[in-house]
Amino acid sequence: MRIVMSWLREQVGGLPPAKAVADALIRAGFEVEGLETVGGDLAGVVVGEVLSIEVVAAKKKDVRFCRVRVAELGEPGGPVASGSGEAEPGVRGIVCGAFNFEVGDRVPVALPGSVLPGGFEISSRKTYGHVSDGMICSARELGLGEDHSGILVLPAGSRIGTDVAELLGLGDEVLDIAVTPDRGYGLSVRGIAREAATAFGLPFDDPGAWGSDEPAATGADSAAGYPVRVEDTAACDRYVARTVSGVDPAARTPLDWSRRLSLAGMRPISAPVDVTNIIMLGLGQPLHAFDRAKLTGPIVVRRARAGEWLLTLDGVDRELDPEDLVIADDSGPIALAGVMGGAATEISAATTDIVLESAHFDAVTVARTARRHRLGSEASRRFERGVDPALAPVAAQRAVDLLRELAGATAEPGVTDVDHRAAPEPIVFPLGEPERLAGRPYPVDAIRRRLTDVGCLLRDPEPAEAAGSPGEPGELLVTAPSWRPDLLRPADLVEEVVRLEGYDTIPVTLPLLPAGRGLTAAQQMRRAVGRALAADGFVEVLTLPFVAEDAADALGLPAGDERRAAVRVANPIAQDASYLRTTLLSGLIATAVRNLGRGQTDLALFESGLVFREPAGAPAAVVTPPVDRRPSEDEVTALNAALPRQPRHVAVVLTGLREPAGWWGPGRAADWGDALAAAHAAAAAVGVELAVAAGDAMPWHPGRCAELSVDGRVVGYAGELHPRVLGSAGLPARTCAMELDLDALIGAALERPPVAAPAISTFPPADRDVALVTAVDVSVAAVTEALRAGAGDLLEALSLFDVYEGDQVGPDRRSLAFGLRLRAPDRTLTAAEANDARDAAVAEATSRTGAVLRG
Amino acid sequence: MPAPNETADPVDLGALDPGRLDGAAAAALAAIAGADDLAALSAVRTAHVDGQQAPLMLARRELGALPREHRAEAGRAHNAATAKVRAAYEARLVELTARRDAEILVAERVDVTLPVDRRRRGARHPLSLLSDRLTDVFVAMGYEVAEGPEVEHDWFNFEALNMAPDHPARSEHDTLYVEPAASGRLLRTHTSPVQIRSLLSRPLPVYVVCPGRTYRNDTIDATHSPVFGQLECLAVDEGITMADLRGTLEVFAQALFGSGLSTRLRPSFFPFTEPSAELDVQCFACRGDAARQPCRVCSDEGWIEAGGCGMVDPNVLRACGVDPARYSGFAFGMGLERAAMTRHDVREIRDFVDGDVRFGLPFGSEG
Ligand SMILES: [Zn+2]
Repeated sequence: MRIVMSWLREQVGGLPPAKAVADALIRAGFEVEGLETVGGDLAGVVVGEVLSIEVVAAKKKDVRFCRVRVAELGEPGGPVASGSGEAEPGVRGIVCGAFNFEVGDRVPVALPGSVLPGGFEISSRKTYGHVSDGMICSARELGLGEDHSGILVLPAGSRIGTDVAELLGLGDEVLDIAVTPDRGYGLSVRGIAREAATAFGLPFDDPGAWGSDEPAATGADSAAGYPVRVEDTAACDRYVARTVSGVDPAARTPLDWSRRLSLAGMRPISAPVDVTNIIMLGLGQPLHAFDRAKLTGPIVVRRARAGEWLLTLDGVDRELDPEDLVIADDSGPIALAGVMGGAATEISAATTDIVLESAHFDAVTVARTARRHRLGSEASRRFERGVDPALAPVAAQRAVDLLRELAGATAEPGVTDVDHRAAPEPIVFPLGEPERLAGRPYPVDAIRRRLTDVGCLLRDPEPAEAAGSPGEPGELLVTAPSWRPDLLRPADLVEEVVRLEGYDTIPVTLPLLPAGRGLTAAQQMRRAVGRALAADGFVEVLTLPFVAEDAADALGLPAGDERRAAVRVANPIAQDASYLRTTLLSGLIATAVRNLGRGQTDLALFESGLVFREPAGAPAAVVTPPVDRRPSEDEVTALNAALPRQPRHVAVVLTGLREPAGWWGPGRAADWGDALAAAHAAAAAVGVELAVAAGDAMPWHPGRCAELSVDGRVVGYAGELHPRVLGSAGLPARTCAMELDLDALIGAALERPPVAAPAISTFPPADRDVALVTAVDVSVAAVTEALRAGAGDLLEALSLFDVYEGDQVGPDRRSLAFGLRLRAPDRTLTAAEANDARDAAVAEATSRTGAVLRG
Repeated sequence: MPAPNETADPVDLGALDPGRLDGAAAAALAAIAGADDLAALSAVRTAHVDGQQAPLMLARRELGALPREHRAEAGRAHNAATAKVRAAYEARLVELTARRDAEILVAERVDVTLPVDRRRRGARHPLSLLSDRLTDVFVAMGYEVAEGPEVEHDWFNFEALNMAPDHPARSEHDTLYVEPAASGRLLRTHTSPVQIRSLLSRPLPVYVVCPGRTYRNDTIDATHSPVFGQLECLAVDEGITMADLRGTLEVFAQALFGSGLSTRLRPSFFPFTEPSAELDVQCFACRGDAARQPCRVCSDEGWIEAGGCGMVDPNVLRACGVDPARYSGFAFGMGLERAAMTRHDVREIRDFVDGDVRFGLPFGSEG
């Protein structure tokens, strides 16, 4: 809401400078986002009197050479007009293209050296055979609105040589205020004026209240107004209609009003339209003007009927919903109530008779219609946030007065006022409530004063009604003002008292907390995984979780894969980002591609975050619980059951060199083993050992994919990505990745008992090496497991130190060289004991895997 | 008294002749002194000190052949000469060994300014680091960390938070909805639904901090992102006041921006708090001092907007089965990106989700 300071000052006298007003409004909860000074930059434009006009023929369009007096005779009037051949003091020769002024008119003259809004500097120049010694200005050239149809002709009595900015009061300031949705009254000069008056303790003469012009009684008068029938009095509890006739279609809104409208952000259009806007901005009451000549029959306020259409003022033909509240006449709907008027009854340049609507519509009804038709307007914005229902007849009267004044209109007798407002319910306000919530005492007179400032009516409860026992703070019956529909409960009144007394008067204390338990084990483990991967050289990224419809195809996921059960966004930011990720790899791959495109070829990225998967079957329809009580366990369960599964995953993508090249050597390229090592690092960080088996899952290379499990449950995969996936993503060959279900990993970790410390033997070890030849398709894991089982308890450590495939072992076979470290807890092993353990290990390997000792 | 000539020993002392002994010792000492390195000294040792052919060693063999009366004196003379030579040798050995050791250490010198980053460095994301850091501030005060799903139900995200379906504040949320239509499923627009979940699942009093990712229907650019991190705290207990909120926020603000900064609350509006406020923290760069402006951090406002807060609305408590007449509470919520941008001078919000490793690396593991 743009508040024009001169307008505000008109409603509250004695306000300090704008900056102080802005600060006070901020303290009161109105966020002032900007304070503009306008018109102050207009200097050197003075009132001139046109002395003579000479038409100069020109090719396209004739112009006029004018002699203009810019200083009163006998006063220092600036330099003598130079080059015009006339040395008449205070008179300038100026070429002008406009024809809307005559000799004797007073016009604004920009003298050479002055600068017009937009930085346009005026200088003497030779044109059309004359020296033009300045410029005669239009309203737009002076920054006073859009009117560029001709020169701005000033009032006849304007003193020659006067500064135009001063004459018109052009210097002004505008506050740009972000009004919170609960304070609809703040969308008007009236509402802000009340706050400003309260802030500075100034008297406030409410322009929205009846003054001496209050009609004695509307009852008899009402029937005489334009006929109105309200069918839905819940959605429209007040409808005031007034009729004016004899509107002068040529009437122009005077400069001071059109300037205020422009500064408030509304384009001046015509006097009748401008009047409705002036009332809306000034008082907060949206008005609608119907052309009486285009109305057929009485106005009816009702819900739309199925199949009805309305061409609205914005030129869109809209099919109406039976929930839409409409204004209709015998021809059908003529306006969307509180949102926008219809084109058929719009006032035009030929309109002379107007029916003014000043009504109060239900906030929710207007909000739904505006949303349904994606049609927000200045009116709907105000109705959604609450318009003062008491304002309707006053606003209508002020509009009629202005139309009379500005457009020569005549008020027709009769005021239609269909009033179905409910009587306001007083709030029982415990006087101790401000202290209970704000933590400092508030004297009763301060509470009363602040609630009165807001506009509340206060009443002490009858002794019989009073609940509190003697000695306790009592209660107050508070009736909120009609413009504050947000004040419904004691807490709402507390905010008014506390904010007006100042948030800065609230003391600073700390609550006394019971001892907390710190992070849960799972939360600590999640952090540990992130730290471990960062320590291992991975850079954490947080990618956007939106993916395209073909994301699963890009990863080559087979039909039926649970990663195909993507959650779809109903109103996505972009059509190619309309699904939520089911795997972290989509985002990591895109991020790797982006980095590669920027020249970063060696990448080790990780991400930890939620993935989203729809459970099988359509989500069950849920009946949402009410909010006036705690939902039952079943209701909460039902709400949760409607949500997709959202496990937390962790994943890495690696490409380029895993170990950097440098003066020490060529570095080492990342391979499948690095992806697997990352998975082990993540698991080790939470104290879990991953079991590794050959896997076959997209998007991994079928021969280079490790399936990772814990306690027999698969928790993820690691390895080299499938060449087809790499090809379509544009990633280099051999790019690797791993992804783990972090929730499952941590779940398994939480079930682990505390680590049992090993007994440390101080007896010397016996080291034995064995080289075993197996078929190449026998996994190292199988051989290792067999060796461990065969060697028994004496085996302290087992390491694979060489793998050989080649001529010496024959085709399809390989040699695995293991080192066995044997040690007894209680004695030094004899050579024979060590050899026996080694032989037993080999024998077990032979029996399980067909391995033979390499000769 | 016999004349010297008369007393001259007629016995030939050979190599043990004092003159020859002195000569051998002098030659040995000269050779020792002339040995420039340990190898030369080793050769000198063989030739002059204890080698079989060293003159002093040869002379020693002749001792036994001397007449008894001369043997003792010749022996003493020989011992003295030998001892002198040995001492000189030992001293030279120590000297040359020390010199050699020093030369080796010099020769083995390396350039310690060579780059040694043989392992790749990693880093955590600045938003993860900030979230952990701020979470820990609340954990240290006794709060526990609460979490919730990112695809939420409307009831948790809006309705229970006092935002009925037609509440005007909903339009400010630019909600991303999840299909099917009218299922009530959406991407949570704030972390506040975790407040509801906490109040429903935990016994009172409840003191929780809720960090997490939230979503809005915003196209990504320099200042907007459809995804952003939030952190909220919620305290519901008997006797909680706005004064407690102020105190808690001061602790928080100092942890975020540094000590000695004042805070202020401005009245504001949130459907789920009443009274409501915006938290401003004094600008850490200029502290509102005009002499230190223009200030890029606060645009000369002197204050940095740090988040929204207020006393939990009674309707919210009621929806969670908490008696608003007995219990009261406060809630505070903030955007992580904005705080991180201010704290780390991040230019574009897009940098947080772009994943460029050059952006992330400097933050390391502690940021
Ligand atoms: Zn600053």
